[in-house]
Amino acid sequence: MTTTPAAASAPAQDRSAVRTLLRLWPYVRPVRARLFTAAFVAIVASCVGLVIPLVLKWMVDGPVADRDPAGVWLGALYLLLLGCAEALLFGLRRWLVARPLSGVEAAMRADLYRHLQRLPVAFHDRWPSGQLLSRGTTDLMLLRMFLAFPLTFLLVNGVTIVVGVVIMLVQDWTLGLVVLGPAVPMIVTCAVFERRYSEVARRAQDQVGDLTTVVEESVLGIRIIKGFGRHRSQARAFRELSRRLRGTELRKARLLAAIWAVIVTLPELAIGAALVVGAVRVADGALSAGTLVAFLSTALALRWPVESIGFLLAMSQEAATATQRYFEVMDERVETPGPDVPGDRAHGPEARGPKARGPETRGAAARGPEARGDGGGTGRGGTADGLRFENVRFRYPDADPGSPPVLDGIDLHIRSGESMALVGATGSGKTTLTALVPRLHEITGGRITLDGRDIAELPREELRAMVSVAFEEPTLFSASVAENVLMGAGDTADEARLRRALAVASAEFVHALPRGTDTQVGEQGLSLSGGQRQRLALARAVVGRPRFLVLDDPLSALDVHTEAAVEAALRRVLADTTALIVAHRPSTVLLADRVALLSGGRITAVGTHQELLRTNAEYAHLMSGAGEDDDR
Amino acid sequence: MTAPTTTAPAQDGPGDDRAPGADGDPFDRDVLPTPPGATAALLRSLLAPMRARVAVTTLLLLLQQAALQAGPLLVAYAIDHAVPALRDGDRAPLIAVGAGYLLCSAAGGALQYAFVRAAARVNQDVLLDLRGRIFRHAQALSVDFHERYTSGRLISRATTDVESLRELLSEGLQELVTVVLSFVSISAMLLWLDLGLGAVAVASFGPLYALVRSYRRRAGRVYRKRSTAIAAVIVKFVETMNGIRPVRAFRREAANDAGFAVLNRRHERTNGDALLEMARYVTGSRLVANTAVAGIVLWGAQRVADGTLALGVLAAAVLYLRRLYDPIDRLGMFLNSYQSAAASLEKIAGLLAQTPSVPEPAAPKELPPTASEHPGREVVFEGVSFAYRTGGEVLPRFDLTIPAGQTVAVVGSTGAGKSTLAKLLARFYDPTRGRVLLDGTDLRDLAVPELRRGVVMVTQEAFLFSGTVAENIALGRPEATRQEIERAAKAIGAHDFIGALPDGYDTDVRKRGGRISAGQRQLVAFARALLADPAVLILDEATSSLDVPGERAVQRAMATVLHGRTAVVIAHRLSTVEIADRVLVMEDGRIVEDGSPAELIAGTGRFADLHRAWRDSLA
Repeated sequence: MTTTPAAASAPAQDRSAVRTLLRLWPYVRPVRARLFTAAFVAIVASCVGLVIPLVLKWMVDGPVADRDPAGVWLGALYLLLLGCAEALLFGLRRWLVARPLSGVEAAMRADLYRHLQRLPVAFHDRWPSGQLLSRGTTDLMLLRMFLAFPLTFLLVNGVTIVVGVVIMLVQDWTLGLVVLGPAVPMIVTCAVFERRYSEVARRAQDQVGDLTTVVEESVLGIRIIKGFGRHRSQARAFRELSRRLRGTELRKARLLAAIWAVIVTLPELAIGAALVVGAVRVADGALSAGTLVAFLSTALALRWPVESIGFLLAMSQEAATATQRYFEVMDERVETPGPDVPGDRAHGPEARGPKARGPETRGAAARGPEARGDGGGTGRGGTADGLRFENVRFRYPDADPGSPPVLDGIDLHIRSGESMALVGATGSGKTTLTALVPRLHEITGGRITLDGRDIAELPREELRAMVSVAFEEPTLFSASVAENVLMGAGDTADEARLRRALAVASAEFVHALPRGTDTQVGEQGLSLSGGQRQRLALARAVVGRPRFLVLDDPLSALDVHTEAAVEAALRRVLADTTALIVAHRPSTVLLADRVALLSGGRITAVGTHQELLRTNAEYAHLMSGAGEDDDR
Repeated sequence: MTAPTTTAPAQDGPGDDRAPGADGDPFDRDVLPTPPGATAALLRSLLAPMRARVAVTTLLLLLQQAALQAGPLLVAYAIDHAVPALRDGDRAPLIAVGAGYLLCSAAGGALQYAFVRAAARVNQDVLLDLRGRIFRHAQALSVDFHERYTSGRLISRATTDVESLRELLSEGLQELVTVVLSFVSISAMLLWLDLGLGAVAVASFGPLYALVRSYRRRAGRVYRKRSTAIAAVIVKFVETMNGIRPVRAFRREAANDAGFAVLNRRHERTNGDALLEMARYVTGSRLVANTAVAGIVLWGAQRVADGTLALGVLAAAVLYLRRLYDPIDRLGMFLNSYQSAAASLEKIAGLLAQTPSVPEPAAPKELPPTASEHPGREVVFEGVSFAYRTGGEVLPRFDLTIPAGQTVAVVGSTGAGKSTLAKLLARFYDPTRGRVLLDGTDLRDLAVPELRRGVVMVTQEAFLFSGTVAENIALGRPEATRQEIERAAKAIGAHDFIGALPDGYDTDVRKRGGRISAGQRQLVAFARALLADPAVLILDEATSSLDVPGERAVQRAMATVLHGRTAVVIAHRLSTVEIADRVLVMEDGRIVEDGSPAELIAGTGRFADLHRAWRDSLA
């Protein structure tokens, strides 16, 4: 079904795992002291572990052979001390990293969330949220595990192996060389394995994301699935995907099995060879029995570090792909917070630079400085010019460059305090046009001004505080009714405003809810009907008494009586607000002073409802369904 | 959870009692009641079908471990026998040792390969089964459950919670078998080498067991909290991403960051707690193990000095001892993943234990063939009343008969109970009392496919699934051909706009240029319903986002489509009423007016009033 949108265009596939993982450094940096100390402690602990066989050798060759009880006691004491040291060091290592590493995971997740919140809406249109979620959960858990374990232990085991080998060489270099024999073939196998494993690991992670998407959609669309009795086919689709994931996981297992087999067999063969050679040399008297015991003990002690390399590499590979997936999203450019003045507060270095693509997009902003100069200062001092669209063109950033733009030269002026209805056929781009005002999407060309100030030169925060929107889809968040409504009020939230806004939206029903305006709504609260949600969304839009109001079909889900009540109250609000209202019906149109007709990406007519009814056939058709009927 | 509804106890303590119902709604705290033993039963039922394969896998592992355990034994043999024999000029024992070692390593590697693959297959099959169960069960649960459980939690169950079971199965189970195996085989070996030394080693298991128990208890508590914490994180994440437009427009970014940070930190804390528990366990167990090693070596060395123990035996014993305690860490890892998985499984078991409030019938009945050549069926509400479980909106007892083929418009203000009526007919809910009959058959006796051939509902929320436009329409009837899909789209007036999309019917609704407006989505939803071709069609405010021509087109289509079909149309746009044979006006859960449109308009009741207001609004 779906895959990561970026997966198709991931050119950096052959970037090495190490290079990818290095990108984690900024997050690891704050805890580097602890992490390095922990790694050091782990190395020391391992070395202590390696010294223990030496003590054993000393005991076997010395006190035991000499039947020296005091020496035996001393040896045992050493063993005990070393053992305690090893145990405490093991614990210390874990204690050192426990909090910092969950901190790293949390920091990365918080950054991802922060970043996603600020990515352009167009990004979210493209990416299924399941893919985003799987990056924020399973991928980050993988990364934490990588930092806690493979990262340290690749180092520790590497050092352990080197030290162990040195110890063995010092004890007896012939035996040492015998044991070292399989090193080269193992390294080659690991390298081959690493490459192949990373491909499969990436596929598995993407498939987990797809699976997450299906789960999410199946829950969000539950009423449709139920309504059509489609839960079986939905379950089939899910099974299909999870089977595919199973197939990928099995391929991973096959690779892993092969590498394990090699990693288990080769060193074991070497130890066997060393045993035979060693035994011969002990028989010849060239080597003491104690040395052979110690040597083999060391070799066996190295078995685990060597074997572990296999799965440590596997985990590192998965961590590398997880990192890649994480940064795929993090590398997307966030919306700039405001006019592109250098030195403003940006969310990361990449956010500040000019966009590489879409030079047109920046056209408006490029004129920034001087336009800002004559546009007046901030605040309400600007000329009361209202809302003006000048030759506005728009094409979705991911649309085919050859395709016609959705909006192609919109010229429209809504005078200050005036309300303008926007009428157009289904799919003509009305909602798209409204999304341009608060800069949810960036215009491709032309400019939009609020009281004479280009919206591209306003800080987004300020712009969005000036423009309030009621969306077609009235989304409520998991919070109380009051919080949901007052979201639109900024810092000026108070009880009186809340009451007034609820009254404007005829949302008095909230007082009848179990806990009044403190009732929890949204996904984790009481579920409200479409009409009720729409009224709360409307209250949210008007509560802050914004200077500019954008309402997208604000009354669609209301019944006639409620609609009449809302209209009456809304008219009062609209009397001194500059408003753009998407309308499908005459009743909504009548809220506005004038109407603009959007057709073929342009405003083809502006006038009062009555004027347009008389003079414009398309408008008459849209409003009454009559007229053009026969052409259809 | 922006409001601090669940102030989780800050430290470990008795605050974690999960007694359901202790304070309010278990849904609020993400702790659904889990019947005792349900978690273990779930795990058993997952593994039961694979019993044979689990046995084979375990056997492979056993053999593999046996092959590897032979090493030290061969060392002991080499030192005690092969070396002296070699001194006497007898090479045979040494050659035997070499060959034995070669054989064991080769076998060890081969068995390892076989084991990893077999184990992976078992794991993946268990996960496939579990994922499927969660998904199917979630789909079978009724709408009211979903309205309360939240999508984020459900996603968390099906992803992160399954993930922790995956960890247990892919690493944990192997660890456990290895650990048990090493303990048993090495203990046996030690006892066989020397009874006294072996006994001391076995005695050290006592304190280790105590450590393990205390770790299990403590870690279990931490992991339960962690699972809840990550679910809360996911809920917030999903909510934000799905509402990204209002988040942006109302500048909620900073407030959301703060809210998310609280949840994220809670997860971070429990995560850290879990890691610290592990640290404590590792330290403790290593201390016990290393002390035991020192003790055994001391005693063994003295006995070698006494001459009661052979040097080779001590050497072998010491090698084995190192190995005996090697798996302690791995036991820790197993316990770690086990506790984490147990906490997750508990939540999954809680979800699976939810019974659908709208269950499928045990003995489904079939609908009788329709009386006439028309597809419509008669609908009867017989003494029906309905109250939400939460005590919300209520429909008092009522009776209603809709003859086959009739189109009924239901009007009334928001909250009057129109949608509830529709949901009862669509069997999203079952009535609290009374029955809803379709051609004389109780809806509760119909299996889902039969029910949906009978009744289909189109709601105002026109959700589109990932995939193409055609696939979305085909949801109404998956086996439909492309012609049928296009015919449905044409009938409803959606063909033109679909044709104008970049890839027509094959346009992916999430990809390039696939943006579809709310009105267009509603048209797709209609086409879907048309394609489903049900006996009874319910339209719940299904035209709210359409413009007038769109609505007209839909109505024209409906006039033909609904002919002979039974239909219940809920609309606040009274234009719909024009196609209705009969109008019901609802008020506070009661049907207050019932008659033909003409009758009611001519009268002086609420409908006449509404109709007048609506006429005026058309201006």
